[in-house]
Amino acid sequence: MDKKSWPLWEVFIRSKSGLQHKHVGSLHAVDAQMALENARDVYTRRNEGLSIWVIPSSQIVASEPEDEYIFEAAKSKVYRHPTFYDIPDEVGHM
Amino acid sequence: MTKSINIAKLEARFQAKVDAEQKIEPKDWMPEAYRKTLIRQISQHAHSEVVGMLPEGNWILRAPSLRRKVALLAKVQDEAGHGLYLYSAAETLGINRDELFEQLLTGKAKYSSIFNYPTQTWADIGTVGWLVDGAAIMNQVMLTRTSYGPYARAMVRICKEESFHQRQGYEILLALSQGTEEQRKMLQDAVNRWWWPSLMMFGPSDAESTHSAQSMAWKIKRKSNDQLRQEFVDATVRQAEYLGVTLPDPDLKWNEERGHYDFGKINWDEFWAVVKGRGPCNKNRLKTRRKAHENGAWVREAAMAHAEKRAARQKEEGIA
Amino acid sequence: MDQAAALLDYVLRLADSNLVLGQRLAECCGHAPELELDIALTNISLDLMGQARSLYQYAAELKGNGCTEDDLAYFRTEREFRNPLLVEYPNEDFAYTILRQFLFDAYNQLFYQALENSSDARLAEIARKSIKEIRYHLRFSAEWCIRLGDGTELSRQKMQTALDDLWDYTAELCTPNATDQTLLSTGIAVDLEQLKAPYFERVEEILTKATLRKPDYEPFQQGGKEGSHTEFLGHLLAELQVLQRTYPGAEW
Repeated sequence: MDKKSWPLWEVFIRSKSGLQHKHVGSLHAVDAQMALENARDVYTRRNEGLSIWVIPSSQIVASEPEDEYIFEAAKSKVYRHPTFYDIPDEVGHM
Repeated sequence: MTKSINIAKLEARFQAKVDAEQKIEPKDWMPEAYRKTLIRQISQHAHSEVVGMLPEGNWILRAPSLRRKVALLAKVQDEAGHGLYLYSAAETLGINRDELFEQLLTGKAKYSSIFNYPTQTWADIGTVGWLVDGAAIMNQVMLTRTSYGPYARAMVRICKEESFHQRQGYEILLALSQGTEEQRKMLQDAVNRWWWPSLMMFGPSDAESTHSAQSMAWKIKRKSNDQLRQEFVDATVRQAEYLGVTLPDPDLKWNEERGHYDFGKINWDEFWAVVKGRGPCNKNRLKTRRKAHENGAWVREAAMAHAEKRAARQKEEGIA
Repeated sequence: MDQAAALLDYVLRLADSNLVLGQRLAECCGHAPELELDIALTNISLDLMGQARSLYQYAAELKGNGCTEDDLAYFRTEREFRNPLLVEYPNEDFAYTILRQFLFDAYNQLFYQALENSSDARLAEIARKSIKEIRYHLRFSAEWCIRLGDGTELSRQKMQTALDDLWDYTAELCTPNATDQTLLSTGIAVDLEQLKAPYFERVEEILTKATLRKPDYEPFQQGGKEGSHTEFLGHLLAELQVLQRTYPGAEW
């Protein structure tokens, strides 16, 4: 086995002008430049991309699944959604 | 005591989530056996893609027209991509690609037995595309709904890309079927050799399959081996008729009552022999993979060493 | 040589170069040092094959009489192939693969850039399409030259060995022959003499970055463009052409 394996990178691609970058998968590369090149070769073979972001997987900071209670507070705030408010149909689209 | 209660609780929660068709994600709690099963299955799948490059790669250099050559090359390249997506999905479960390669190269991990058969003629390339990819697609479409998020997402991407593979193979066969006497013979010969191994691709029958029940409960698998095999046979018969080839099974016939084709008995002795390493190409496939990996070691190491040098230089420049 | 014969010879030279190099790269498919690299090399191979097809199609039209791209790729012999010797050199190891690619890409970029101004509209159009792909090939192969040259001691040695061998075949790239002379006056051909200095400048710049030593001999191997090849080409073509030759007249 190799002494040192190539680090893992996460790949994000903007598929069309105006859209945000979206996570498409990961790959291995020795540095940022190779990660970009590999992402181009691996993830845009079918014209899927206009722009690429690569980020070392080890650099991603993620919330813990056990902490799902942190999202609870938002669930009860129904007044943040338009359907909470009653407007007569005659008023038209609002 | 408390610990086992906790695990029971976690397991119940996990199963409830699976039952509710929610995806399990890398950081979610999961039973150790679920993780192990996934690593085994996803890596087997990844190895199959990578080893699968070899029988088809066998004809890239000899493809009989430039159009066929680029199509086959692009197809085999896709298999490398699919292997890569799947290794990445496996890596989210806490194992890295080197370890997975190691398991393949030492023979500890398995890959699809179908790739231990040789591609003897050009017609084999069409037949592999038609039957082997056709069988694989049945399985892969099912897996787009598998319970593990990264695996399901990899499968969505793979299925999208695979869609040209089977057509590519079938088109090769169409040309042969409309060709010379020799070409039609070549076609029938290839179908004779690939038909039964393709049916074996779905794995042992449900009664014999050791992992199936648990995998179904965890929704890793969504359909049984026999169910998928039947779907494959049903879909393939008409395609064979159009090509004017005979599928090498005298018992193959439409069963009005079942609404499916009946087919003959699979030679499971052959299946197990190939799984256990006695297929025509087992040794050579592994030898070839091992050679590529070993020959590439100096390249991988050099690239890493260069990146480290470059980073160190940049750091120095930053300080100065 | 008349203009028509020279043009056909010229287009075939370009097509053959791409096909032969594309075939060499395709040999790596499934055997590269890492999966990402396998995919990258195949991408380059596919680009080259695509360019080869456009060029063969053009050559087939020039030939007329229902000639096809496959007739030209599959039914010409070793002595009829017109590619420079460099591209037929085998993949002895990955260092040869990368260096062969770099030494060719560096030339190819300069060449196709100039070919965009060819007075032959069809060639100019093919050049415009190809140049973007070639620019990426050069970026890729130059970067890998640097990585492997300036990587480990072992990788530097391997790269140096490959360079010492392949260097000999760089002479031919920028040396014009009768075909070039004939087409130069009408503005169809690229003036190869003009490429020589920038080519070696570019190559040496990357070799320096790669900590590789420029071989201390003058490269001198020639002949590919006139159909006089190394022993390697015959084997490559035997494999490439086997089905068409075995079953003449069959459609695939």
